[in-house]
Amino acid sequence: MPTAIYLDYLDRLEAEAIHILREVAGQFERPALLFSGGKDSIALTRLAEKAFRPGKFPFPLVHIDTGHNFEEIINYRDELAAYLGEKLIVRRVEDTIRERGLHEPGGKYPSRNPLQTYTLLDVIEEFEFDACIGGARRDEEKARAKERIFSVRDDFGQWDPKRQRPELWNIYNGRIQKGENVRVFPISNWTELDVWNYIQRENIKLPDIYFSHERQCVVLPSGQLLGFSEHLNLDETDEIVNRRVRFRTVGDSTCTAAVESDAASVDDIIQDLLLAKVSERGATRLDDNLSETGMEDRKRNGYF
Amino acid sequence: MDLLRFITCGSVDDGKSTLIGRLLYDSDSVSLDVLATLEKRRATTGGDVDLALLTDGLKAEREQGITIDVAHKYFTTPRRKFIITDAPGHVQYTRNMVTGASNADLAIVLVDARQGVIEQTRRHTLLASLLGIQHFVLAVNKMDLVGHEEVIFQKIVADYAAIAGQLKLPSVVAIPLSALNGDNVVRRSDFLSWYHGPSLLEHLESVPTAVDANPNEPRFQVQYVIRPQTEELPDYRGYAGRIQSGTYRQGDRVRIWPSGLETVIEAIEVNQREVAAASAPQGVILRLRDDVDVSRGATIVPTSAHPAVVRELEATLCWMDERPLRAGRKLLVQHHAATVKAAVTIILQKTNIETFESQGTDEAKLNDIVRVRLKTALPLVADEYRQNRVTGAFILVDEQTGATLAAGLIAATDPEYFTEEVPAEAVFSI
Repeated sequence: MPTAIYLDYLDRLEAEAIHILREVAGQFERPALLFSGGKDSIALTRLAEKAFRPGKFPFPLVHIDTGHNFEEIINYRDELAAYLGEKLIVRRVEDTIRERGLHEPGGKYPSRNPLQTYTLLDVIEEFEFDACIGGARRDEEKARAKERIFSVRDDFGQWDPKRQRPELWNIYNGRIQKGENVRVFPISNWTELDVWNYIQRENIKLPDIYFSHERQCVVLPSGQLLGFSEHLNLDETDEIVNRRVRFRTVGDSTCTAAVESDAASVDDIIQDLLLAKVSERGATRLDDNLSETGMEDRKRNGYF
Repeated sequence: MDLLRFITCGSVDDGKSTLIGRLLYDSDSVSLDVLATLEKRRATTGGDVDLALLTDGLKAEREQGITIDVAHKYFTTPRRKFIITDAPGHVQYTRNMVTGASNADLAIVLVDARQGVIEQTRRHTLLASLLGIQHFVLAVNKMDLVGHEEVIFQKIVADYAAIAGQLKLPSVVAIPLSALNGDNVVRRSDFLSWYHGPSLLEHLESVPTAVDANPNEPRFQVQYVIRPQTEELPDYRGYAGRIQSGTYRQGDRVRIWPSGLETVIEAIEVNQREVAAASAPQGVILRLRDDVDVSRGATIVPTSAHPAVVRELEATLCWMDERPLRAGRKLLVQHHAATVKAAVTIILQKTNIETFESQGTDEAKLNDIVRVRLKTALPLVADEYRQNRVTGAFILVDEQTGATLAAGLIAATDPEYFTEEVPAEAVFSI
């Protein structure tokens, strides 16, 4: 009997993700990789290199730019696409707002996050993408915990949690009817800590905002810190402070809070995380706290 | 550190979601903000913190207090990383239970100490056993409600032993516990001092894993062909896929199925590096010496192995569609990367999932477990599921809608071992 090669849990998660990416390549005609510039989608690009080199990726990178992104993320995105030598498609929420006659979000912390859905659905239609690969993980949120790895969306991009296909073994069924498309989540089974451990192991370079830096922040009533930006509509009641912070997730700058931290390296962050007692989305996302089913509602409507 | 995937079986009344909540809570895997949300709900409803809310994610589930769909939870201890599949227990969700069990290494079968072994216990155990799970934990919950009495526990263990014997379960460990109070879940309990075995978590941390390292005959299926066609690599052709079982070595003489052509493995690449050998479940690229026709879905095996390559086989199906299956139906078999047209020629028998008896039948309804014969338009490289849990598995897909209709487990590939047809009214035990 041949001796088995020992695979540690990161190897197994990696093998699973590579298998899923290759299934996308094998089953779909026009897939795309949704690239946010966050660590999860950066990890996906590394996995795609492992799945397809020395060939090219069988999909372009697609970035939905809210216009409220951190500058560091935009620079990083362009450098990464150049390094990979892969095609990058950027579509701007600003253009969607103009073309569709949508309302700019108001309030003190105007988030274009919900509007991204429109831009996403438009870009899917424009390029007739039949599969969109995303970096979502099941440990992020309880509605995500129920989503399949191959998640079929209808004509309107909607997710119906009660009509999901059973997903058996590691056999992924990507057969769809015209107009439908599939969202694919290769790192569904990874946790936040797994992603960081992978970044450390693979020595992946990340945007600077993930590491401790000095930043002007607004103190929210909840005590959370929001990085100061021109997109916020602040008034005299707002307190602006200088803090050493880093970001745990990277989204719209108007709805992604920073955490106070001195962690300057990946090792430091892993240490931080091992001690951390507040979950990733809870610490940093203002949009999920709106209601207990915030994410489920947005996913039903076609969100990532 | 290694990885264990387990499924929890039992209905919400058995305290399944509470048990998972307790595992997460006592192993410090629940974050403060999630706890705060639970506290907020407790303040409005009264009573203790409801740990079940940690797993029931969908609106309808919280409203109805039941689990509808498979949920996944993750936690890590210093010993191991765990993936929990929380599958619903009601009969109408058998398909979800099968889905959850298909990826699990271990099953926790939860029993309410007040009720003992019930029909549902039999059903869950049968399904988990059918899907090839090797390790079973009989978790006797709510021991606090029966005065922590050892005799009650022992009675349940004896009743379950009969089921385990009937299904020939390879390994069963029974643990008395109280998910609500946390007795024997993570920490051992003073109330159950007559029990000298491990707590549930201690057992989960020590049960052998490595079930993925499939030591069967080598099987590799092509998922995708990599052809850079660049100036540096004008002729490069790499066959990308995941090793399904066994080990592949550079220099192996191999045959491509279903074409039957022979060649040699020129090189094996893992993560952009050449290696001398690779094993399941690694993802690899194989390069072949000869320019033979190989496309997605082809299987490459060493010439020393002799897989069954067939166009007719028998399989056990768990039927998952609202519309019943009748003989003659045409559909697609998705055998991992190979998808072929097929027809169900005969429905041979149906298993009663409570009594384990089989009977003749002419249709399969939603959640039925049936044995059928299938004919395929093109040959499949087929292994029996009990021999190979990867290559013995397939799904049935509706050609028009794309819906997943059934989970399929290959039962026989040699007509000599096919089942005799029985009249629909005949009943017999397995």
